[in-house]
Amino acid sequence: MRAVTNVGPAPDLNPIVDIQILLHYAFMQHAFEAGAVVALTAGVIGYFVLMRNSSFAAHALSHIGFAGATGAVVVGLSPVAGLLAFTVAAAAVMGGLGNRLRGRDVTIGIVLAWTLGLGVLFLSLYTGYATEAYALLFGEILGISGRDVLITLVAGVVTLLALAWLYRPLLFASVDEDVAAARGVPVAALSVAFMIILAVAVSEAVQVVGVLLIFALIVTPAAIAERFTTRPSRTIALSALLALAFTWSGLAISFFTPYPVSFFITSIAFGTYVLARLLTRPRHSRHGAPARPDAVS
Amino acid sequence: MTAAARADIHARGLAGGYGGRPVWSGANFRIEPGSFVALLGPNGAGKSTLVRLLLGLLPPAAGEVEILGAPPQRGNPAIGYLPQSRHFDPEVSIRGRDYVGLGFDGHRWGLPQPGAHRRRAAGAVAEALKAVDAETYADRPIGRLSGGEQQRLLLAQALVGSPRILLLDEPLSNLDVRNQGAMTILVADIARRRGLTVLLIAHDVNPLLPYIDQVMFVAQGKVTIGQPDDVINSEALSRIFDAPIEVLRDSRGRVFVVGLEEQVSHPHEHPPDTE
Repeated sequence: MRAVTNVGPAPDLNPIVDIQILLHYAFMQHAFEAGAVVALTAGVIGYFVLMRNSSFAAHALSHIGFAGATGAVVVGLSPVAGLLAFTVAAAAVMGGLGNRLRGRDVTIGIVLAWTLGLGVLFLSLYTGYATEAYALLFGEILGISGRDVLITLVAGVVTLLALAWLYRPLLFASVDEDVAAARGVPVAALSVAFMIILAVAVSEAVQVVGVLLIFALIVTPAAIAERFTTRPSRTIALSALLALAFTWSGLAISFFTPYPVSFFITSIAFGTYVLARLLTRPRHSRHGAPARPDAVS
Repeated sequence: MTAAARADIHARGLAGGYGGRPVWSGANFRIEPGSFVALLGPNGAGKSTLVRLLLGLLPPAAGEVEILGAPPQRGNPAIGYLPQSRHFDPEVSIRGRDYVGLGFDGHRWGLPQPGAHRRRAAGAVAEALKAVDAETYADRPIGRLSGGEQQRLLLAQALVGSPRILLLDEPLSNLDVRNQGAMTILVADIARRRGLTVLLIAHDVNPLLPYIDQVMFVAQGKVTIGQPDDVINSEALSRIFDAPIEVLRDSRGRVFVVGLEEQVSHPHEHPPDTE
């Protein structure tokens, strides 16, 4: 499939014709469909990842998933099954570590390093070609089948429904865990539930951008959106739209060039983030005086 | 045995602590409706433990306590809670208004409900913001506000559910003297107008003295409560805590309690209280 992009057709001057060319191929349709589901899910969950300071955990989950995926391939299972199994198991443990444990990131990092080592071992055991590993590391959205699209859609819808159901208590616990606990929010259970939902979202996103580039879809859109609006609902909507825009435009540009999709998605995300930082810089010093003159601790 | 009028908070033989190891024990006290109580004591003596116990986040190590006639229960809507020394990260981009709104319905599952519920929530939030005079900065990201502004939003959050009791854990600790005074007057004023019972943890009783009805000390494994004039003197405190405690007064009438934090031999002096 990848070979198709390498000899991609030249873009037409008429954008409508371009879109017709893009959607002419079934694999491109599938890529746009799966990409949309993954991007919307990642954009929405990314907001909570930022609110909960869990971007490192999200990053780590994808890498831990890499070991699961390569391990599954070694024993002849579907890499997605291994990916899901490892990320969900790791997520449950991370969620149990709590939201504000000081050593959390250190613990996650230690586990992360070990599972990456496992991944390397599994790769060396796997005698097949390296394409599988390449796809896991950098994504392979152009190889997605119609059945994969359906699975992705189901996973995406379940993820979004779960987030909708948890929305208010999750936001409460993310912003102020102490008060949320006092108000009867089950903060510990929520922490585990959120990490498991994140594991599913990460496993989906790996198909598009791969384990190494997961930040581009989960963290970057939310980080940009946060700079433009302070209302949770608007931030989430903007984040999802940005993720969708990065993914679709990356797909479209990649189609007409010989370069990989992941490169364009991550580059567009990065470029937008830089632009957003430049545009919103005055917000930080808006109040003139130091932000917290009477803050002691 | 029952009193003529029900106390808002009533403790009998209460002990507080973690893992069956009490930080303090034998606490008997009544807090009457509408009273403003300052909760004082050295770090690690178990002030926050008492608050966590009243919130239902921690079971009593011994004895019993009733809040509005019932045992403490997590999520009790009659209690407004302001947590200890909360400083929002500058990157927290949520609006103060949305933060206060979480105090109204953040414990409910699902997405915010549109229509009548949304209007009711917005009305309650607006009223709470007005009560603490935070309307001018309620739409800014909470992480970029000053400590005093954040503290007012925390108070608004505690008020938004129309509670009958306020549990305020060190609302003055990160404020300068001017803001301490303003915050104290604000709390006293709101409590008086709404008939709220207030239990406020503080390090320094002086900014509170003109406003409080009672003072509660948690120190050296004991809890005591009384009128400020009856309790804050060397004789009373030395007798209660069975230790040489001195209350000093400076030329401006401010009082300083010395000796409470000194460790006398106690079988349970390893307070796991994370203050």
